[in-house]
Amino acid sequence: MKNTKGITSHAKSVKITKEKYLDMYLKMVQTRKFEEKAARLFVEGKVHGTAHFCIGEEATGIGVCSALENEDYILQTHRGHNQGIGKNMDINKMMAEFLGKETGYCKGKGGCMHIADFSVGSLGANGIVGGGIPLAVGAGLSQKYLKKDNITVGFFGDGASNEGTFHEALNLASVWKLPVLFVCTNNYYGMSTHVSKSMNIDDISVRASSYGIKGLALDGNDVVNIYKETLKAKEYVKENGPMLMVLNTYRWFGHSKSDPQAYRSKEEVKEWKEKCPIKRYSEFLIKEGLASKDDLEALDKQAEQDIINAVEFAENSPEPKIENIFDDVYAD
Amino acid sequence: MREITYADAIREAMSEEMRRDENIIFMGEDIGLYGGAFGVSRGMFEEFGEERVLDTPITEMAITGAAAGAAMTGLRPIAELMFSDFMTLAMDQLVNQAAKTRFQFGGQASVPMVLRAPGGSGTGAAEQHSQSLEAWVCHAPGLKVVIPSTPYDAKGLLKTAIRDNNPVVFIEQKLLYRTKGEVPEIEDDYTIPLGVADIKREGKDLTIITYGRMVQRSLEVADKYAEKGIEIEVIDIRSLVPLDKDCLIQSAKKTGKVVIVHEACQTGGFGGELSSVIVDSDAFFYLDAPVKRVGGLDVPIPYNPNLEALVVPTIDSISAAIDEIL
Repeated sequence: MKNTKGITSHAKSVKITKEKYLDMYLKMVQTRKFEEKAARLFVEGKVHGTAHFCIGEEATGIGVCSALENEDYILQTHRGHNQGIGKNMDINKMMAEFLGKETGYCKGKGGCMHIADFSVGSLGANGIVGGGIPLAVGAGLSQKYLKKDNITVGFFGDGASNEGTFHEALNLASVWKLPVLFVCTNNYYGMSTHVSKSMNIDDISVRASSYGIKGLALDGNDVVNIYKETLKAKEYVKENGPMLMVLNTYRWFGHSKSDPQAYRSKEEVKEWKEKCPIKRYSEFLIKEGLASKDDLEALDKQAEQDIINAVEFAENSPEPKIENIFDDVYAD
Repeated sequence: MREITYADAIREAMSEEMRRDENIIFMGEDIGLYGGAFGVSRGMFEEFGEERVLDTPITEMAITGAAAGAAMTGLRPIAELMFSDFMTLAMDQLVNQAAKTRFQFGGQASVPMVLRAPGGSGTGAAEQHSQSLEAWVCHAPGLKVVIPSTPYDAKGLLKTAIRDNNPVVFIEQKLLYRTKGEVPEIEDDYTIPLGVADIKREGKDLTIITYGRMVQRSLEVADKYAEKGIEIEVIDIRSLVPLDKDCLIQSAKKTGKVVIVHEACQTGGFGGELSSVIVDSDAFFYLDAPVKRVGGLDVPIPYNPNLEALVVPTIDSISAAIDEIL
């Protein structure tokens, strides 16, 4: 596992408020509890379809999105509950969509693979691997054309970096110098296939050089550094055009809920669980005197209550009606 | 009225709309100084500049996806694919992204983009540059699909497509680009609504339902029959999605005989849908004969000019179908 290869950090000078530190912690815990609850809802037979969990990867979406403003856009992956929560999506509406309810973000028609909240700049999760990357280019084009002082973040995974969309999108964004930050969450597996079997490079960020743009690989479990580097990357892409940021992390769960995970050893998973980004962050906060153990326990409790409330909201919400099935196929 | 070409009409529609709304941008391969592979955009780069007429690399998926992403975030892009065959390269962005965005996000977004692409055979460009793939995109709810047959229709329909808040696939007929037709003066702004068919020729004895390049051919056939005293009605559906079903049904009731003509391969083609519209309606009880389809042969478009001309509906093959049910 060469997860540390190419890791650089130049962001030591960025100042972070205590409030921001604790907000990121709360969001990481909310993400984990959201997904743990979602997994239980499957077991209880309350949810159909599938779900893709990002447990173990919380630092990536929370770290990046915490550095963004409301007017910055994100294109999410299908494993992006952390990205949505990081971008201030409403957890009640997320849970309601997960349960397919009328009150969900997509009125129960999209499910969590297609969750979006345009009011906070989320232009949608995507069920197609790499499907959102060209859309990010278009959003960046809008921002540049309309002279907005904002950026677009296109999230995707290691698997998507082998798709044509990745290469076409990075090239076009580079040629047009668009304010797009391409963020690759490398969790080392495209479903069951380890990156070593899907590409002949150890460091995905080197792909940036083919498009004449800057590439940066970071420890994907270090939320503070991800946050700091994203703040810097924002200024960089506004000035210079796109950049590729690769966050090396790990997927604790299987690809989806039906994955028996025969392709990896229990030792490997255990090794990564020891690098838990939340545990690591809580230790950091206490060590730096930014929070007490009690403070963090209070935030854990709050996150738990938030999820309990979300499930209650979702379960008490009405089912969508077939009478409305043609709504939104076309705009007026 | 003045006469301009089909290509000029398309350029006028784009230029007039771009003058009206500065959030309209235009992107595609070689559309800038080169003026487009078929010369459609000649002069637009000079007028609107490189910020609004954006030359792209050869990158159909990114062109289509970037147009969709820009459309979701405040712009109204027109994207051009050099040939409609290259929709194959853009299919994910068109069918999985642009078409579904509004529905799958519960109505939070609209995607006001137009994807223009030249379709059809007749130029000797062979298998990969001559297809009629419109049925593919008609099968993706969320997309609208337009195929104009005259300069007048091309201009009026394209202006409407640009103003529409949905992704519209606008397939032009490359063989018609240089044909001329009457179009109002530039100052006479006009649009044609999508979903309204045009009766290009009235008749009482038989209805031909068609679109695109086969409109002219069907009119030729109708002229030939008129000499024999048989009055054929020719309906140009103009937009496939939405479709003016009423017009088709009324005409079928009036004439009792229907022939459907299109250039695309017959199997799985849009003609099957047009036929079903008639047969599923009360027009069925007015039919004096089976509905006949005349589509292209189920083969790729060949290079040899004689073969190329014979794999799409001809005056003779259309006439044969008519004779069978007259």
